[in-house]
Amino acid sequence: MQYELITDATLVSCYIKGDESALEVLIKRHKQKIYSFIYSKVYDKDVAEDIFQDTFIKVIRTLKKGNYNEEGKFLPWVMRISHNLVIDFFRKSNRMPKFDNAGEFSIFSVLSDTSLNAENSIIKEQVEFDVRRLVDELPEDQKDVLLMRIYDDLSFKEISDKTGVSINTALGRMRYALINLRKIIDKHNIVLTN
Amino acid sequence: MAKNYSKASIETPKDLKPKEETINFLLNYSKALSVIKSDKVKFEFVLN
Repeated sequence: MQYELITDATLVSCYIKGDESALEVLIKRHKQKIYSFIYSKVYDKDVAEDIFQDTFIKVIRTLKKGNYNEEGKFLPWVMRISHNLVIDFFRKSNRMPKFDNAGEFSIFSVLSDTSLNAENSIIKEQVEFDVRRLVDELPEDQKDVLLMRIYDDLSFKEISDKTGVSINTALGRMRYALINLRKIIDKHNIVLTN
Repeated sequence: MAKNYSKASIETPKDLKPKEETINFLLNYSKALSVIKSDKVKFEFVLN
């Protein structure tokens, strides 16, 4: 049988009936066009190879399941499958950032062990103790607002409701609390860094 | 004024075709794939 003269539609029909050699003719007839099309989108031979393979796996499964409607458009159908797989590839690529350790950037420059060692843990405790001592030196109304805001995580609306003052007053007390804390820190030459 | 021509930023290889291994894999896959229809359900089997 001279497959080269036979139309795609006939080859597909033969393949569905069980003639595996018809598939070989179809693939070899269109492989360059389909592969070139895929490559023109992804510009990576390995990726193009994978997408080409996935394209024909879909073609094979659809034909064998009898889900293909012959309308004389085998090649456009296959191109559409490969086109959709290219889109899927780009969607996955965008969701998964690639890290190339061969370049200057290394993932380990942004991933690190953030747990404190013993020394840093002691320093952190000392700093927190010093901050609380400093806060105690503030005027009562400013200290209350600061404690509610920073330690109780209340909003200024909630602080205003609790203290019976306006939101603007609460905001002002917070602002002066911070200004006064800075003055106290400067006055006593305190170092609050870890 | 001289015309400015820019080279294509990405050169397209001339031998654009899939590997023989890929083609052979697809042909073998097709030979191994078997679809059995049962009522409304279709089962796919890949035989060794």
